[in-house]
Parts: sequence; structure tokens; C-alpha cells
Amino acid sequence: MTSPYRVCPDTGFKVDLAGEKLIKWNAVTAVVFLAIGGLLGLLVALTRWPEIHLLNADDFYMVLTAHGFVILLVWLIFFEMALLYFASSILLNVRLALPKLAWLGYWLMLVGCLITVVVVLQGNSNVMFTSYVPMMADPGFYLGIIIFAVGALCGCAVFFATLVVAKQEKTYEGSIPLVTFGAMTAAIIAVFTIASGAVILIPTLLWSLGFIAYIDPLMYKVIWWAMGHSSQQINVAAHIAVWYAIAAILFNAKPLSEKVSRFAFLMYILFLQLASAHHLLVEPALSSEWKIVNTSYLLYLAVMASMIHGLTVPGAIEAAQRKLGYTNGMFEWIRKAPWSNPVFSGMFISLVLFGVLGGITGVIMGQEQINIIVHNTLYVPGHFHGTVAAGTTLAFMAITYWLVPVLFRRELILPGWAKWQPYLFGLGVAGLSLAMMGAGTLGVSRRHWDITFADAAIKFDHPALAHLMMGINGVFGVIATIGGIMFVVVIVGSLLWGENRDEVSAAAPAPEAAPTPAPSAMSGHGSAGTMEVPGTFTFALIFLAVFVLYFFVNWKFLASTWGLS
Amino acid sequence: MSIYPPEDRIWWSKPVEKTEMLWVTIAFIWGLIMFFMMPYWHLTGNQNLSNEAYKITADSFAEKTEAFAKKYQVRVEGENDIPVVKPPAGSDIYMLGRLWDWWPILELEKGKSYRLHLSSLDYQHGFSLQPENINLQVHPGYDLVTTITPNSSGEFGVICNEFCGSGHHTMVGKIYVKDGK
Amino acid sequence: MNPQDQPAPSAEEGDIPFMQRLLDNHFLLLFLGVAIPTVVYIIWGIIEITAVPLAK
Repeated sequence: MTSPYRVCPDTGFKVDLAGEKLIKWNAVTAVVFLAIGGLLGLLVALTRWPEIHLLNADDFYMVLTAHGFVILLVWLIFFEMALLYFASSILLNVRLALPKLAWLGYWLMLVGCLITVVVVLQGNSNVMFTSYVPMMADPGFYLGIIIFAVGALCGCAVFFATLVVAKQEKTYEGSIPLVTFGAMTAAIIAVFTIASGAVILIPTLLWSLGFIAYIDPLMYKVIWWAMGHSSQQINVAAHIAVWYAIAAILFNAKPLSEKVSRFAFLMYILFLQLASAHHLLVEPALSSEWKIVNTSYLLYLAVMASMIHGLTVPGAIEAAQRKLGYTNGMFEWIRKAPWSNPVFSGMFISLVLFGVLGGITGVIMGQEQINIIVHNTLYVPGHFHGTVAAGTTLAFMAITYWLVPVLFRRELILPGWAKWQPYLFGLGVAGLSLAMMGAGTLGVSRRHWDITFADAAIKFDHPALAHLMMGINGVFGVIATIGGIMFVVVIVGSLLWGENRDEVSAAAPAPEAAPTPAPSAMSGHGSAGTMEVPGTFTFALIFLAVFVLYFFVNWKFLASTWGLS
Repeated sequence: MSIYPPEDRIWWSKPVEKTEMLWVTIAFIWGLIMFFMMPYWHLTGNQNLSNEAYKITADSFAEKTEAFAKKYQVRVEGENDIPVVKPPAGSDIYMLGRLWDWWPILELEKGKSYRLHLSSLDYQHGFSLQPENINLQVHPGYDLVTTITPNSSGEFGVICNEFCGSGHHTMVGKIYVKDGK
Repeated sequence: MNPQDQPAPSAEEGDIPFMQRLLDNHFLLLFLGVAIPTVVYIIWGIIEITAVPLAK
């Protein structure tokens, strides 16, 4: 069975045209929602900036509900659909299975998320992304998310079907590529996420329609977070697959060890979703045993996996760079990396910020007892802006800079903007993430319109430093927004007005991408003792030192508060 | 390369480079340390949540809280005459969350322990004791019991840090802690 | 590449290590990835919630 395809002049991959079109539509839709969600985020940051306090309370809660939904689900899952189709169809040189189902999925997702967004913007569903019962939204709020989730499930089915087709048609030999394996990890987590979402949101929809009288708030919360947190674990698996892909594309980097990297993804498949318990550590009714086993992803095996990826991705780059002759000292390989190429800079900044800002804080606040001094403070959004904005979003931006010339066949417009954009966006999200963590440490609540409590019957005010932190958060929010706008302008502009690369020169290589070596040139490495990555290992040890130090600082901090038993 | 299938047909048997193996070992051990920190703190630390909780109706919890407030009330405060309640050390004390206040105000003694009951009459609320930054989730229908032992004195704010509707940011309560004699 | 690492392509599937076969079995991984959190997180959690005693 054949289907129309083209051979990519840059990579040599056989590109299935039906799959390519789906990748493009999902990716472009994602970027549009990133733009919308990002601007909503700016409104949130400007309202929480005490000197500006932009929106009134009701509008603030509405905008915050929309911001959470549009970014955490819509932008990321649309982009992940594009990645799933890319990692299956293109990397396996096979036609995308069931393109009609993939289109059905696309339209369901689009219609679903538009329903929810419209319902939220009508103002009667200010329930936040989490929509904890018994707070009730209009039925359309839940209905839209359910339709969106069904659409995403179609995308996962297409991905797995494509794996089956590739195996049957023998379009690859042996095991699937590591990047595809990472994408499959994301797809597996997505199936669990969507199933959990259906289990809880369908009864909630019926409840909001009046067919069910009561939903237990704790039961809701346990199952909701199986969706809410796992959906963010899809991002982790997906953006790590993107890191590996970029390392391979730019440096011809091989994983240090297929075995270790795949084993790390296996730990994600088995245990990452357990971290949904991070949101339930100070709840009544759940035992410490349940909390400890789940919050630790069973003995922190998924954290071990993340630490492995954190070493092997830069390690693979180091090994590749050393092969090219950048062998001076510990760090020549990284100094002479292509820092002006946004594909690289975006990916590397994503990796560093995800590890340091998102990773360390996520693990520490997920300790059962430490969570007491963190739960529901601004520290929590500080953490997940480190993971989702700095980690996932920046990684997706980086790969988009590669997809536009290679897949869409368009030259990037404004290359100067593209060059600086990852730095500006990285700076913005890192700054706002740290400011939120600072404010959270000082006790500032998340999802809160007025930290002066001006309208409260009993007076309370946070320390002046907390107000300063919220101002800093606002400043960096503006910087991140500028970085986000630059990205959207470059990408959308390139798609609309960028020179068509096939017309310019059919044989021109992708800008700054390394030439694809003939398979024979890829000599194997990885046997014990033949290769060293001292620079990466040094970075890893510095990371570990920060991790250990901050871990015990938090315990010290906890030990000074009131006794609780 | 990670975007191509592995070159070796049997890649699982390939030896792992030693820096990488070392890092995997370090990461595993660090994970174990972090894991065992939690049970260790249950045995030796002073900040652990009990696993004590009960199902309770809003009416029943409100009744208990009102009876408690009436029994130990020492004065009222503010425009709304919110009772300030001074319970004896070691007793069961109650605070309820509702749209949009924490009720009543408590007056405790430093260094003494109290069995604090928390529940909500309507939506979920977040009990957030400031500036201590102790945060507990309060559910309607569940009575969360925690023994608290203030180790500092003064006036503490209780803010709500779970979004609970349009007046969420006005939901503030108070706990006084007096130095014992 | 060491010759001993690269057996002849005609070799039987049987010599592939268990873990490699597991990692290549995508639908088994899908099952495990859904089953483990369902049991350890959701079902265990729900059991605990339903076991909460009524207040006196």
C-alpha cells in the first residue's frame, strides 16, 4: 500500500504527505493557542503586580481559569499531537495510519477547547483549571474538556496504529528510534491521563446538568489529578524526546547508551503518573503510606530517570562535540556549541531551567511533610512555570525553529529575533518562576486577587518583601511575554511570508543543521571505558550539590514551624 | 542517533559507559535518601500530619463548632462581633471555613497542644496560617484532625489559599498565641 | 563496533534479552503504564477515602 510522499532534501526522511499536513495543522493551532494563553498569562501577572492590579477580581479569576486551561491543556496537547505524528510517521518512514481518525481527533480537540474557552469567557465558570467540586461550572465547561480529551485519544490511537503499520511493513529494523520511544512514553501517559479525565469529568458533567446529586470532593480530587498532573507528565516525556531529537539533529549525537536512556523512559511509563499525589499531601483521609509511595514515584525511580536524561542529553552532545575535535579542557564542547542557533539555545536553556527550577523544586515540595509549608502557595505555580513554561514550552519553541524550514519549507524571517528569542523568553520565565517561589516561601497564596486583603473583615498583610516579589514577577512576566510574542511573530511570519526553500534552492541544507552523515560514518561508541563526558559529569555534580543543599534547607525550614502531629 | 533505530541489533547487552553508570548509581541512592527522609521524619520530626479524619456533615460540624465557641468564648472582636475563643490546653478545638471567613478566632497558649478540627461548610478552602506558612486542605464533608503545638507567640493570620469564588481574597481568620506563665 | 556485539542479522529472535523484548513490546508497556498508576494511585486512594469513619 503506497501513499503520496516526498523525500525531505534536508534529512533524507520519506515524508508522508497526509501525516505532514496533520503535523502542520496541529503545530500551527498549538502556536495560536500559545499566543492566546500567553497574553492571558500577562493579564494575570499584571493583576498580581500590586502597583498595577490591572483587572477586577471576577475578571482576574476568569482570565486565570482560561490561562490555565489554554496553556496547560490546549497549547501543549496540540503540539504533542504534532510531535506524536512526527515521531511515528516521519521517523519511522511510514505512512500515518488512519489519517481520517487523526483529522477527527483534530476537529474534536478544536471544537472541544473552543467550547470550554467560550464558556469560561462568558464569566459563569470561574472555577479555575482544576474545577474542584462542589464549585460548579456551566455544563459546557466540562463538555468541552471531554470532547477535547476524546480528540486527543484519537491522536494517541493514530500514533499506536502507526507503530503497528511500521512494524508490519518493516519500514525500520530492530527497535524504534529513541525519540519515538520517548514519544511513545508520552502517548502512554496520555492514555492514562485521558482515561482518568473521562472517569471524573463525565460524572461531573452529569452533576452540573442535575442528573447526579453529589460528587465526593476528595474522590473528585484524586481522580482529577490523575488527569491534571499526568497531563503535565506527558509534557515531560515529550520535551525530553525533543531534547534527544535536537541533540541528534544538530550534533549527530548518539545516546550515550540506548539501554540506559530507554530504561529511564520505562521508569516514566511505570511510575511518573503516581506523582499526581503531589496535590494531595495535606488532604484529610489519605494515609501517609499512600502519600509517601505515590508522591515518591515509588522510591523516586522516576526522578532517577529524569536525572539520567539530564546527564545523557548533554552528555551525548559532549561526546559528539569531542568527536568533532572540541576536546580542549572540560568545557570547550559547550563553549563552542551553536549558541546563536535558537534550536540549540532554546533546547539547552530548556534543559537547564527544567532541571534546576522545575525539577529540584518539584521533588522537594513533593516530600510529604515539606508540602505543608508549600501547598497552594505561589511556590507551586513558580515550580510549574519552571517545568511547563521554561522546560516544555521552550523546548517546543526550539524544535519549531527547526520544523519551519524543514517541514514547512520556509526560511525563517527575522533571524535576529529568532536568535535572541530563547534567551529573552528563558530569562522571563526563569525570573517569574523564581519570584513566585520567593513569594510563595513568604506565604503568598496562589490564585489570589488581592494580597493586601483590603476588603477582608479581619485585617492581614504580607511582608513588604512579598509585595516586592509580586512586582518582580510582573516585570519578568512582561519580559517573558515579549519573548513569547517574538516567537509567535517569527513563526507565523515565516509561515506567511518566509521564502519558500524549495523554490530558492532545492538542495540547500537546513540553516545551521549538521549534514546528515551516511550510516556508515556513525561508528558505534558506548563500550565501557572508551568515552568520557567529564564536562557534563561536572555539571551534573554541581546540580546534585544544589539539589542536596536545597533539600536540607527546606527540612530545616520545616523543623522551625509549629509542631503538628 | 536518537532519531534512527539503534545500530546494534542487541543494544541491551552493550556495556554502559562508566561515568553514566556512576551517575545512575548516585541518582538511585539519592532517591532512596529522599524517600526514607519521609518515614524518618514521621519517627523523629515534629511536623507530621496525623492520618486522623472523619466524614461529617456541614450541619454537624457547624453545630460542634458553635457549641465549642459558646463554651470557651472570652470576648468578641471586629464589626461582625466574631467570637474569640480560648480553649483549655489539650482540648479539641474547632475552626470552620465558609464563604468567606474562618470562624471563630482562637486564642491559644504557646507550647501547649490542641487537637484542631478543620472542615468546610461549602466549597474547598485552604487553611493557610501566616506567617508560619502552614497549609492544610479543608474539604466539605471531612473533618481533618491535627494536633498543633504553637512554638511562637503573637497574632497569626489564617488566609484561604484554595480558590473559593469571587470573595476568596477576603477570607481571613485569626489565631492569637499568648506566652504561657 | 565489536564483532561480538553484532551477531549475524539472520540470528533468531530468541537471543534478544528479556528487557529489550519488553521495551520493544509497545502494547505491553501501554498496559503497564495504565495499570500501575490505576492500581497504586487511583484504586488504593479510593479505598482509603471510602474507609474514612463517620464522625461521632
